Amino acid sequence: MKRVVDVLAPLILIALLLGGWEAACRLLAVPGYFLPAPSAIGAAIAARWPELLHAAANTLVMALQGLGVAALAAAALALPAALSPMVERAVRPIAVGLQVTPVVALAPLVVIWAGLERPGLAVAALAAVVAFFPIFSGVLTGLKSADPDLERLFDLYEATPFQRLTRLRLPAAVPFVLEGVKVAAGLSVIGAVVAEWVAGSGTTQGLAWKILEAGNRLRTADMFAALALLATLGFLLNAAVGGLEREALRRWRGR
Amino acid sequence: MIAELRSVEVDYGRRGRALGPFSLGAAPGEIVAVVGPSGCGKSTALRLLGGLEQPTRGEVRRTVGRGETAVVFQAPTLAPWASAGANVALPLELAGVADARARADAALERVGLSGHGDASPAQLSGGMAMRVSLARALVTDPKLLLLDEPFAALDALTRRRLVEDLHRVWDQTRPAVVFVTHDVEEAVYLAGRVVVMTPGPGRTAAEIAVDAPLPRPEGFRTSLGFREAVAAVEAALALAETAA
Repeated sequence: MKRVVDVLAPLILIALLLGGWEAACRLLAVPGYFLPAPSAIGAAIAARWPELLHAAANTLVMALQGLGVAALAAAALALPAALSPMVERAVRPIAVGLQVTPVVALAPLVVIWAGLERPGLAVAALAAVVAFFPIFSGVLTGLKSADPDLERLFDLYEATPFQRLTRLRLPAAVPFVLEGVKVAAGLSVIGAVVAEWVAGSGTTQGLAWKILEAGNRLRTADMFAALALLATLGFLLNAAVGGLEREALRRWRGR
Repeated sequence: MIAELRSVEVDYGRRGRALGPFSLGAAPGEIVAVVGPSGCGKSTALRLLGGLEQPTRGEVRRTVGRGETAVVFQAPTLAPWASAGANVALPLELAGVADARARADAALERVGLSGHGDASPAQLSGGMAMRVSLARALVTDPKLLLLDEPFAALDALTRRRLVEDLHRVWDQTRPAVVFVTHDVEEAVYLAGRVVVMTPGPGRTAAEIAVDAPLPRPEGFRTSLGFREAVAAVEAALALAETAA
């Protein structure tokens, strides 16, 4: 019963909001280019469904490519940083610098480097840039998160550095890495959309381009249609990664 | 002596002196309890005995070899990602022993947890987790067993049962045991010798011998000898606190 309520509550709220929106648009006769009614947006989604779905898949693929690259790079840098304080001191400012630099400011450069004819590469690269820090931070924190008394136990039994890494630090890092990947997955979509926006070329064929294109033609309902798909994509990705995280943690804890 | 601290002092930088000068030895097969107020450095003394830390001044002598010391900490300190059996087998696996899991199962049986090898730490109660921790310490058949307030977080009934179990497993191989606690009755019941420490930086305030066989005979808790020893330790503690 509680589960049903948990699922229904947000749906009911969304339905109420959409209903209010629809009623307001009709009663106040708001022009469609300014604020289309939900029914008009629904019609736009239905009319362009295959096209929008294809665009959403493109955005998702580019974001996930970025996420994968970010995970590999973050692990490759965080591992030596966790083992050597000197490496950590050297790497951390650069990693933080990358994190605090707005992706919008980096995007034009990356688009130039990737080549204007290959915007998909730029999009994936920028998705990787924004996804990097949460994973890096998760791996680094996780590798150093082992219980100090467990570390003492490894001292006591004279564990080799390799044993300490594989039998203590890596398994202890798992929850932190999962959390980092979850945050990074959401960010990678944002990074992909921003990059697509800056690249501003139709060759990427992602959702951001759909919004941009519809906006240029003042087809506001189509803009909302792409936006709705983008929000749904983000929501589903978040739910999927969250589910994977919970399942992985359950196995990690052994129940 | 299996392990011995000789006039050791430990300074922790800005926090200042944590321990000492303090001397403590553990002879083969004896059980020593160390009692003192919190912050007196008793856990530090235990880590020195285990060779996990070095004193700022003084000398630590250990005649135990590699893997012959075991420590049980205040918390069970089990790896949450590994089963109870894998946790117990860890010391053997780190040393590259072949039949680690079989010996781990035997150690679990010694602490009354046979058949729980596949349970994950999250499924265990506090008392059971502490037993697993004890099994992990016993699995290497240590000559020196160091316990740092291991039962402090458990309820009184579980504690008493664990103390009895500790005596029983100790009696099988008779390692030297150093047991740190702030519970006077637990110290007197467990140990043949109770060392009372002053408030930090800890020194020896008194040493009280408990004159009764180990493991304790039935009804020892209500005997006159037990009550007198408890009173003596409590008096020494009170005296050390007022003198500080």
